Amino acid sequence: MKIKPDAVGAPPDLFRAIGRILSLPLVGILHLLDLIIGSLERVIGHRRMPYFFVLPNMLIFVIFVMLPLLLNFLFAFTGGSSILPENRPWVGTGNFERLLSCGNIWDVSTCREDVFFFAVRNTFLFVIVEVPAMIVLAMLIALALNRDIRLRGFFRSAFFFPVLLSPVVVALIWKWMLQTRGGLINTVLGFFGIAPIAFVLDGNWMMFWAIFVSVWAQVGFYALILLAGLQGIPPVLYEAAEIDGATEIQRFWKVTLPLLRPTLLVVLVLTLIRGVQMFDHVYVLTGGGPGTATVLTVQYIYRTAFEPPNNWGMAASVSLMLAAVLAVLTVIQLLLNRRQTESA
Amino acid sequence: MAHASATERDTANYRWWGTGLFAFLFRRKGRKRLSAADVITYIFLVVGTVVMFFPVLWLIMSSFKPITTLYLTPPTFLPYHPVMAQVAGYPEPLPLVDVRQEDGTVKRMARVGRVIGIEARVVDLDAPAEPPIRIRIENMTPVQEVRFDLANYTNAIDRFPFGVYLRNSVVITISATALTLLINSMAAYALSKYRFRGRNTIFLLILSALMVPLSVIMIPVFLVISRVGMAGSLLGVIIPPAATPTGVFLLRQYMLTIPDELIEAARIDGATEWRIYWRIVMPLAVPALAVLAIFSFMWRWNDFLWPLIVLGGRSDLATLQLGLQSFQGELNVQWDSLLAMTVLSLLPVVVVFGILQKYITTGIASTGLKG
Repeated sequence: MKIKPDAVGAPPDLFRAIGRILSLPLVGILHLLDLIIGSLERVIGHRRMPYFFVLPNMLIFVIFVMLPLLLNFLFAFTGGSSILPENRPWVGTGNFERLLSCGNIWDVSTCREDVFFFAVRNTFLFVIVEVPAMIVLAMLIALALNRDIRLRGFFRSAFFFPVLLSPVVVALIWKWMLQTRGGLINTVLGFFGIAPIAFVLDGNWMMFWAIFVSVWAQVGFYALILLAGLQGIPPVLYEAAEIDGATEIQRFWKVTLPLLRPTLLVVLVLTLIRGVQMFDHVYVLTGGGPGTATVLTVQYIYRTAFEPPNNWGMAASVSLMLAAVLAVLTVIQLLLNRRQTESA
Repeated sequence: MAHASATERDTANYRWWGTGLFAFLFRRKGRKRLSAADVITYIFLVVGTVVMFFPVLWLIMSSFKPITTLYLTPPTFLPYHPVMAQVAGYPEPLPLVDVRQEDGTVKRMARVGRVIGIEARVVDLDAPAEPPIRIRIENMTPVQEVRFDLANYTNAIDRFPFGVYLRNSVVITISATALTLLINSMAAYALSKYRFRGRNTIFLLILSALMVPLSVIMIPVFLVISRVGMAGSLLGVIIPPAATPTGVFLLRQYMLTIPDELIEAARIDGATEWRIYWRIVMPLAVPALAVLAIFSFMWRWNDFLWPLIVLGGRSDLATLQLGLQSFQGELNVQWDSLLAMTVLSLLPVVVVFGILQKYITTGIASTGLKG
């Protein structure tokens, strides 16, 4: 991209000179890189250059993803409060035993780590409500956006834009909406004669809002995927159904839903994977409170590890269990993907 | 039309606006009739749009309200500010109030001190030297005006280390994105344009990294980060997340479409492999690089868990997201400043989305990347 100085009407030499001076360091660096990497190529031979190209990325992967994956086992089977592996005594399955030791299996309060069970229960509750709500709403939005309507681009952006907001910002927007004094939700309730509710102090309400906010923030993303799926359904099928006298509702059940099934399954697994890992939205919105009402698994891991007394081993044990759940979900996703590409 | 009177023109205009707007909104393309399903669709979409937009609009409006009207019940939509006046004999400006007199007329006065129970003290503007009079508060309405005041914003910047957070966020976002573009494109180039031993293994390894979320490995990641001396440093937030598997995948798929003949020709001309990458492949991959740059910008700007783990309690290195979280976690949340900071931190994302929304939505729909 060259700027033509003459077009701006300024002395061209000046522009050219300024441009040259400004680009001098960049050009210098480029030439230097050419020189260094060129001589490297001469040393290792150009057949080995691909290894050089993948090196930086792979180095980071191996050090910060693969290595930690293995180290996680080391942490899970050792105890103590030190993060250094050499100072950690081997405890075998001690961490798991401690996590799962309960006086009475039906009463969580008799468990040694009752917060762990609360976290698992909350996560389960969260996922079981959030996933269906997310899919149904995303489906409705996608169906509406797939219709022959005006302002489609505007509506699509309206549903989508919260996806790009940071979880912290989303949580703060809703925390402000939920204020007891001057909060918009309580004001709207006030119009219907309902006395202000102190949401923050009520565990059930905060769980509801945690799910609501999570759906609000992400539904546009899934709606977009489903919309792409809907647009992939050949219009001929609808025309044929219409000729056969199928009503709009029949067309939905007999044409849209069966053909959208692969996309819906992918969305289902994706929402499950994300739901099980939910952390930041809820962490900022509720902080896990009131009490332990909205502590989710990942927050439990974070708190157990990074807050005193820093029980790294137990946190890593929970991580492994979470990883096992995610692995099962991921395998399902891969199988679905394969079936989808085979059938396509 | 030149002879038509102004009123005629107006009615014509109104009629056009009425029917035109209605037709614009509710007419189906190609068809005339509006079905019941269409009406339901529009109602659903409009209600949905309000639910999506209003909380953000509410945040923005609230961020302009002074602390005196911020917690008002019921709250106002627009940011009202009390009107103040300098009264002789009083060092600070006093808020103006309209006081209903016994004879039913309303007089503008200035309120002194706090409201105590159901009584307040007011001073006559015409006779400021006289002692304040006690009145009942139901006879008094504060004088307010709508003003988009930036006081919350300047306060937030003055009282909180907002500038430090902003600097950290900008440094991290820009350098991590630059690094992502460089190393991801290098890897993608190798994986798409060379045949070499281990290529498939490496590609599979990169894809499998996609499946390992940070939440599962955060404890050993923290150990590794500390061991390589990146804990509590910006480098730890910039370097590890820069090697995005999604980026490699996206760029590889794009580079597969670049014809091999171009590269062969350059090689015959004696270009080094680095030159081919830098001078031929990179310029051709600009569209895919742009998409990745947008996503990387969003990812790094919005990141929360990674900087939380790496930076720990280093408040001088905290990003905007961490800063916001720490202020909202305080016992006595200063919402006036917090709201302003929240608006400032969502601004860049909204601007980017506003300009590039078409690319972002189509990019997500076609690749399944999450923003």
